[in-house]
Amino acid sequence: MFAYITRRILYAIPILIGVNLITFLLFFVVNTPRDMAVTHLGDKYTTEEAIEQWIKSHGYDKPRFFDAEASGLKKITNTLIFTQTKNMFLLQFGTSDTGRDIGQDVKERMGPSLAVAIPALLFGLATNIFVALLLTFFRRSYLDLYGVSFCVALMSISSLFYIIIGQFLLGKIFRWVPISGYIGGWSAAKFVLLPVIVSVVAGVGSGARWYRTLLLEEVNKDYIRTARAKGLSSMQVLFKHALKNAMIPILTGVVVVIPTLFMGSLLLESFFSIPGLGSYTIDAIRSQDFAIVRSMVYLGAVLYIVGLILTDISYTLVDPRVRLQ
Amino acid sequence: MPFKLVFLWTDILFWLLMLMLVTVTVMPKPRHIKQAWTYVWQSKLAMATVVIVMFYLLMTMLDSIHFQRQVEGTYRSDVESVLDVFLAPLDQNVETSYSAPFASRSFVAEAVELPNDGVVYETTPLNYVQQFPEDEPDAKIWDILYKTVVGLMLGLSLSLVLCIAMAYFLRIPILKPSRPNTTQWRTMFITFVVIFTLFAVMYYLSRFYHILGTDKVGQDVFYQTLKSIRTGVLIGTLTTMVLLPFAMVLGTFAGYFRGWIDDVIQYIYTTLSSIPNVLLIVASVLVLEVVISKHPDIFNNIALRADMRLLALCIILGVTSWTSLCRLLRAETLKLREQDYVQASIALGTSNVKLIGRHIVPNLMHIVFITVALDFSSLVLAEAVLAYIGVGVDPTTFSWGNMINVARLELAREPVVWWSLTAAFVFMFTLVLAANLFADVVQKAFDPRARQLA
Amino acid sequence: MLQKVVALLLVLSLLACGDATPNNPYPASEAQQDIYYNAFAIQPRYLDPAKSYTTDQTAFVMQIYEPPLQYHYLMRPYELTTLTTAQMPQIKYFDQNDREVSASARETRVAYSEYIITIQPGILYQPHPAFAKNEEGQYLYHVLTTRDILGIETLSDFKETGSRELTADDYVYQIKRLASPTVNSPIYGLMRDYIIGLAELNQQLVQVYDEQTPEQQALAYIDLNNYDIEGLQVVDRYTYKVKLHGKYPQFKYWLAMPFFAPMPQEALVFYAQMPLIKKNITLDWFPVGTGPYMMTENNPNRRMVMEKNPNFRGEPYPLQGMPEDLTKGLLADAGETMPFIDKVVFTLEKENIPRWSKFLQGYYDSSGIESDNFDQAIQAGGGQASLTPELEAQGIALLKEVQLTDFYWGFNMLDDQVGGYSVKQQKLRQAISIAFDVEEFIAIFLNERGLPAQGPLPPGIFGHAEGVQGINPYVYNDVNGRAMRKGLDEAKRLMFEAGYPNGINPATGRRLIVNMDVSSRGDPDEKARFAWMRKQFDKIGINLNIRATDWNRFRAKQEKGLIQMYFMGWVADYPDPENFFFLFNGDNGKALQGGVNSSNYNNPRFNRLFNRMKNMEDTPEREKIIQEMTDILRKDAPWVWGFHPESYLLKQDWVHNININQMVRGSMKYIRVDSQLRAQQRKAWNQATYWPILVVVAFFLLLLLPLIISYRNKEHRSVQKRFKDK
Repeated sequence: MFAYITRRILYAIPILIGVNLITFLLFFVVNTPRDMAVTHLGDKYTTEEAIEQWIKSHGYDKPRFFDAEASGLKKITNTLIFTQTKNMFLLQFGTSDTGRDIGQDVKERMGPSLAVAIPALLFGLATNIFVALLLTFFRRSYLDLYGVSFCVALMSISSLFYIIIGQFLLGKIFRWVPISGYIGGWSAAKFVLLPVIVSVVAGVGSGARWYRTLLLEEVNKDYIRTARAKGLSSMQVLFKHALKNAMIPILTGVVVVIPTLFMGSLLLESFFSIPGLGSYTIDAIRSQDFAIVRSMVYLGAVLYIVGLILTDISYTLVDPRVRLQ
Repeated sequence: MPFKLVFLWTDILFWLLMLMLVTVTVMPKPRHIKQAWTYVWQSKLAMATVVIVMFYLLMTMLDSIHFQRQVEGTYRSDVESVLDVFLAPLDQNVETSYSAPFASRSFVAEAVELPNDGVVYETTPLNYVQQFPEDEPDAKIWDILYKTVVGLMLGLSLSLVLCIAMAYFLRIPILKPSRPNTTQWRTMFITFVVIFTLFAVMYYLSRFYHILGTDKVGQDVFYQTLKSIRTGVLIGTLTTMVLLPFAMVLGTFAGYFRGWIDDVIQYIYTTLSSIPNVLLIVASVLVLEVVISKHPDIFNNIALRADMRLLALCIILGVTSWTSLCRLLRAETLKLREQDYVQASIALGTSNVKLIGRHIVPNLMHIVFITVALDFSSLVLAEAVLAYIGVGVDPTTFSWGNMINVARLELAREPVVWWSLTAAFVFMFTLVLAANLFADVVQKAFDPRARQLA
Repeated sequence: MLQKVVALLLVLSLLACGDATPNNPYPASEAQQDIYYNAFAIQPRYLDPAKSYTTDQTAFVMQIYEPPLQYHYLMRPYELTTLTTAQMPQIKYFDQNDREVSASARETRVAYSEYIITIQPGILYQPHPAFAKNEEGQYLYHVLTTRDILGIETLSDFKETGSRELTADDYVYQIKRLASPTVNSPIYGLMRDYIIGLAELNQQLVQVYDEQTPEQQALAYIDLNNYDIEGLQVVDRYTYKVKLHGKYPQFKYWLAMPFFAPMPQEALVFYAQMPLIKKNITLDWFPVGTGPYMMTENNPNRRMVMEKNPNFRGEPYPLQGMPEDLTKGLLADAGETMPFIDKVVFTLEKENIPRWSKFLQGYYDSSGIESDNFDQAIQAGGGQASLTPELEAQGIALLKEVQLTDFYWGFNMLDDQVGGYSVKQQKLRQAISIAFDVEEFIAIFLNERGLPAQGPLPPGIFGHAEGVQGINPYVYNDVNGRAMRKGLDEAKRLMFEAGYPNGINPATGRRLIVNMDVSSRGDPDEKARFAWMRKQFDKIGINLNIRATDWNRFRAKQEKGLIQMYFMGWVADYPDPENFFFLFNGDNGKALQGGVNSSNYNNPRFNRLFNRMKNMEDTPEREKIIQEMTDILRKDAPWVWGFHPESYLLKQDWVHNININQMVRGSMKYIRVDSQLRAQQRKAWNQATYWPILVVVAFFLLLLLPLIISYRNKEHRSVQKRFKDK
């Protein structure tokens, strides 16, 4: 087990190097440090010295790929690509254009992101399973037919509409919750309620339909027929056997997304002004703060890889037939 | 010539794609694929939805023939499409600001200077809408009803004629109800008549009214929504066109050749797919913007620039989303390679390319069809989200994403301006729903396992 | 399942009962406090006074830092008055031989000038850990290790604070900082030409910086006490002198800007510690000032809170104002000790919808007006604007003022076609100026929130003319004292005379093509705006080609002089005509000299007049010269004179003493809030509607009920059947 995990982590290293290379190409070759400096210093009386000073103080004045002037190993280490890659690997994101330490900001913003993402995930999971069970239980009835069509319809609505309409109805017309904003601690519930509802409703279409297929797959299996023949009620069969076995793909599907919960949701956080990592990314995109966008791309990749490793491990835990090699 | 054709990049690619579509339809197909399609056409749902999708495709085609008019010996700088001509003068009928659907007065009170130097605030009559005397409140309703009926008659008769002509030439019996397990022509024709008539009524009414109102700068919303169709459809289709070659070539190569080729390809797609998709798209689009603005001399025309951006967006979406299809194709190829007949061909020394072309690719087509059908709707939806994030199509391009992005601010108004948002919603929803339902049938047809679970 | 619904209902109703207004975004405990609620849309980049320039930054900085001077809150035209100084600065002029000369002496005789500034004794800094000392008199927090700051996440986590008296040294130290490469002040480029020795200081400091190790560089700190320059002298504890090259009367305006606010060295030493920088505790986020407020919470991701500075000396509310201020109630608190509000809460609000909705719900005390909700708030037209009856009923009031800002469409005078000084080229520009209907632009895109410009000077600036002289005769006709735009015939005639009959360029036989560069942010409105602009040029037969690029690219093209026309704005730094006319000074060309003259305008006669005008006092003679300069500009038409935007501000009924004065940024201290009335109104405006919950629940129950019944029947039947089978 331990050896397997170590191997998986080692295997992740070349992938992370690849991710880094991609981001480096995008942010330092296509968009040069000089471009960044000019964007950043775009004030009225900017001098040429100020631009150079900015590049220097951010450590962007090094050669990009190869330092011909340095000696020995320094030819490679004294380059932008090496220092930038090294810093990313050590999760040292450096400072943003606004001069703030990105690492610290990320730490501060994880809390609000999770405050929305975790309830959204849990309630979403519960709702999806519940609806899927309902549809499976009443399969081949009008509820199943209309329910599935309704799910497809829900899937066909852009997530923007859910947010816009939710904010409009619950925030503006009914005045149940503040339209946007965030306070820490337990008062956060008031601000988190609406984004969570929106995210649950927006996800129920595809989620419930997917879980229904998983459940039906189980229900159609032979052992269910056997169980049914033994005289178990359809309710018992569904809950005791079908659900239990369908939970394996459901839960492993969830494990993948758990690490990425830290990244928050771009749309929800931005619409409801929740100061999490999602809105951090959106703001950075809009103000063209490349240092932040790059860090978030990298962080996202790291978390995704962690998710994959966790999934593999959880497979072995729930299903003894899968062995780690 | 009073006009000169303009070929935008996306136009060329779209027509190329249409050509490919026709070729694929006409081309002889392996038996299992033919069977699957037969299954599709036997579904009423598929026949109905395919008509709706075709309607959107038709709009896109009309909007993908561009030209510049000649005025006084020079070509005007703005580029028009056939759809513009068809809808004209809707693009020119610009009011000052908001007006509700079918309204004949402006939505917002404007200042009217009185002769004796005072100012009153009142709604003003719209410029491009028929006015009715104020003492006859019902006159307008009767007029709308009358025009609806006229449109209805026109639409019905025209669509019926078209149907009958088509049925006659293709020898399709539409009068008899179709039996199950045959191609559902009847459903198709009924849907066609309904859609056509509906559009005819809207089109006819739009000659006299702003049937979906006007937006903040007084632009007709009906016109905007129809123009937005092209953007949505192009993103859904061109992206697939970009992604297919990548996924097909790399996927089959990885699965067929295995060894280091497989390792390299696997490494590439694992790396790419480990970056969250949205972030990768955002990063690429941001960088692309820099490239475009670095070369203003190449992209100096607004239409050209907007077009390049749309194309670039399709390419970026394609490049970032080929990985999942590639993975599926690789796995399937690995499986196929072990089949007896493939092994036999290898033993006989058939060249690799020939073998892939003859035995592997045709047996992968079902995966391709399912993916293409499923991806289409998610891409149309993605466009709106990207527009909100600020990395979507050019802000000057008509698109549902841009419409929603502007219209969401209108909900904060009192009274609410709902029509832009609703129009974008309805048109987008119809397309995505139809595509989703169609994709469902396609999936059932090509994946027998899915058929059982329905 | 039913239990779940009931439970959910219970939770919701609990939520509802706990709070009468469940949509209140603030803690309930704050309801009755003297807090001013405001929103900010852009996270300010720096709160370091040497760097903050834009209004989103100065809105915070100027509540906390105090430069020597300030603008009078109420008086117009804009008037400088004392802030921390005892009296206005003394200005002395000297010739080459260090002999004092009179203020009216010719400019060529003045070699340098001296500003002698004396501050009031006894002004204290806000409580801050940087000043905290132990019993031995050593600073407590100046050498911190990572261990020391365990548990410290923000500035207020430090237990001890201290304070100290403000001295002249602090002011001098700050001026030196302007030259430091670790600060990168935006006005260094301007100030090095005036303050004697500043440029040399910068060279020295750059060298020092380059010799530092990367670790030292990361701290961004150089002890400036080791560097004295000729232009800055501390006379005594409360007096300092600034020496400037030549004569620069506008310097007094800079003394009211944050760049010249005092900076205690203790704070710089304190903030130059890596453990703090890693925690984002820096001078840019936690200012140290002497002003009425101090920053107590700075979370630029969420909200920024300023509280009353307990050490503030107290300042009386102005006793004088304009005549109409009395009726507006702006003098009700005259002579009272400021500040009035205990706490100012700025909440981050990036989107317009929530900000506007919350303002209408009473959760913000004042609000600007975005064009998206403009016509909801304002009835505009016929050159007037007033509140809509709905808002008036809520007790909301409207305040407005023309901004000291020019927005304009400029020509590049270096261009062969649209630039140049020949009569023909002049006429082409004039024709475009006439065809380009700025009034319509203001009506369509600004909801009338702007004043068509007749020249570079907006109203409120010395030299701005009203009446006949205030009308640009090349674009407008004077109709009974009102400026009426000339007709298109006139523009077409000018086009003909310029050599482009009907817009046809004889060189090509086709229509003239003009390129316009604009910086684009991808605003959805842009499409309509660009179409409108093309229409204007189309009127006289010109094809306008708009090239929209981002700001960087736009600037780069300007610097290379590779443009024909462009759209830009200029926000005045201080209310003096020099700050506008220097945009046309030939020595200031953007492409050739890298200056601010983006049109690269260079007219020798204008340059001569400019050099005479710039250092004059506001005399009738100066006014005459300004009129002459304006006439030259109007005739040459290097800009399509655009418009001066108007700022509109809405305030709630319970807010008092708000006066829009764009030169005054530190306005928080004047404002008073009636929190009782606010609490009442908020309650009245925010009653929640709960019946939809019941509807939703009922709907689901109705949907499920028949199924449950049918299931029961089925199970029941199958059991019976099973029994029968046996």
